[in-house]
Amino acid sequence: MLKRTPFYNKHKELGAKIVPFAGFEMPVYYKSIVEEVLAVRKNVGIFDVSHMGEIEIRGKDRIKFTEYITTNLVSSLNEFQVQYSTMLYPDGGIVDDLLVYNLPDYVLLVVNASNTEKDYNWILENKKWDVEIINKSDDIFQVAIQGPRSEELVQKFVDIQLKDMKYYWSGFFNSHNEKMLISRTGYTGEDGFEIYGNKDLAEYLWNTIFEIGKDFDLQPAGLGARDTLRLEMKYCLYGNDIDEKTNPLEAGLGWVVKFDKDFIGKDSLLKIKEGGIKRKLTCIELEGKMIARKGYNILCDGKNVGVITSGNWSPSIEKSIAMGYIDVNFAEIGKNVDVEIKGNKVKGTIVKPPFYKKGTHK
Amino acid sequence: MNIPENLKYSKDHEWAKVEVDVVVEGITDYAQQELADIIYVNLPVVGREVKKGEAIGSIDAVKTVADIYAIVSGKIIEVNNELKEHPDYVNKDPYGKGWMIKIKFSDPKEIDELLDAGSYKKLIGTH
Repeated sequence: MLKRTPFYNKHKELGAKIVPFAGFEMPVYYKSIVEEVLAVRKNVGIFDVSHMGEIEIRGKDRIKFTEYITTNLVSSLNEFQVQYSTMLYPDGGIVDDLLVYNLPDYVLLVVNASNTEKDYNWILENKKWDVEIINKSDDIFQVAIQGPRSEELVQKFVDIQLKDMKYYWSGFFNSHNEKMLISRTGYTGEDGFEIYGNKDLAEYLWNTIFEIGKDFDLQPAGLGARDTLRLEMKYCLYGNDIDEKTNPLEAGLGWVVKFDKDFIGKDSLLKIKEGGIKRKLTCIELEGKMIARKGYNILCDGKNVGVITSGNWSPSIEKSIAMGYIDVNFAEIGKNVDVEIKGNKVKGTIVKPPFYKKGTHK
Repeated sequence: MNIPENLKYSKDHEWAKVEVDVVVEGITDYAQQELADIIYVNLPVVGREVKKGEAIGSIDAVKTVADIYAIVSGKIIEVNNELKEHPDYVNKDPYGKGWMIKIKFSDPKEIDELLDAGSYKKLIGTH
């Protein structure tokens, strides 16, 4: 049985095309993926991301415990600061990538919808010290408002000063006599905010945002636009670019791994680091308009050197773009490769990430 | 959903417009909505002999890639080269400017086997 977010009827009213995704009926697009991408890049868009999972870690040892189950340095976080991180298996494979919020009374982990149950069980299995672990995913809605005009729009309905909120920080605001969480974060590369609240207030907030949004030409945007925007920034998608068979070092996520602390997977990852990674998640721009898809082969001088993990048409740079794992001996910026697309060898070049370089994120 | 009464349809979501001994083929409104933004249409060469149901081209859309199947057997006599520059015609006008190929058909019986608008609507679950 597929779940619906509290905004399901709103999506229907807006004429969205709904598809099953990670166990939810989600809008993939409203009118056009390309238009929605460009609206977020140039103006402002809103995404229903209520399918994402929210897991609370409470108790006296919540920082210590989160430090142990995630790879980034949690103890460095100030109150209300947010960080991107990964959770690993003992062999260094990725359980999930996630956001860690250091809130006054608890640590909030925001995880991928497709992994919520798996993550929750994994965290429970590894529970130690004085902590309580609560899966709040079914009670919480999440919307993302993204684009260069998002601050201006969001400021009209929140009672805290957003210009003082830095990238990857958060705060509470009051709406309809209840506290909602807002952070300056996103998955698009643009300036933007993500808002979390009690499901009961979802519709109220949505209506408020759309009423104000009329003056901003606010564009509802679906999962199609979200996937395209994140790829243009080389942000990883779990299940495509990272999974239990990949490690953060080869995925280019070494920056969220801190070896000067203990965490699950550290020993294996240290060995991988010392031995050197064998393949590397790499960005490729392709000639022409054919799109590379997950699983397509990457060739160099006729030799198979890697495999595509994500590919799409980039409306922002008007090029066919892709990511894939390439043998480190071939993964050099500027190198020419071919991608096998339906029997054709399509020429490509390895480029420096991100594909889209003009993002407005702070 | 626009499913014109005067056209014939395949289960693979192509439409056919019969003009004497030629069929004009494209994909349906339903198909273009499923695919979302179409970025590239890979069409066959003119002159190729094709069999009904044969994959003769492909459509690259932002979400996915789909094959184009010959809706009848015959010889391809024309393709819509406008789609090279304007693949979005398939999204905006699937039955007009978004047409894809013209096939001079070899077996009129295959035309009779195609679905009418009513049956196609049933297939995709709209009324």
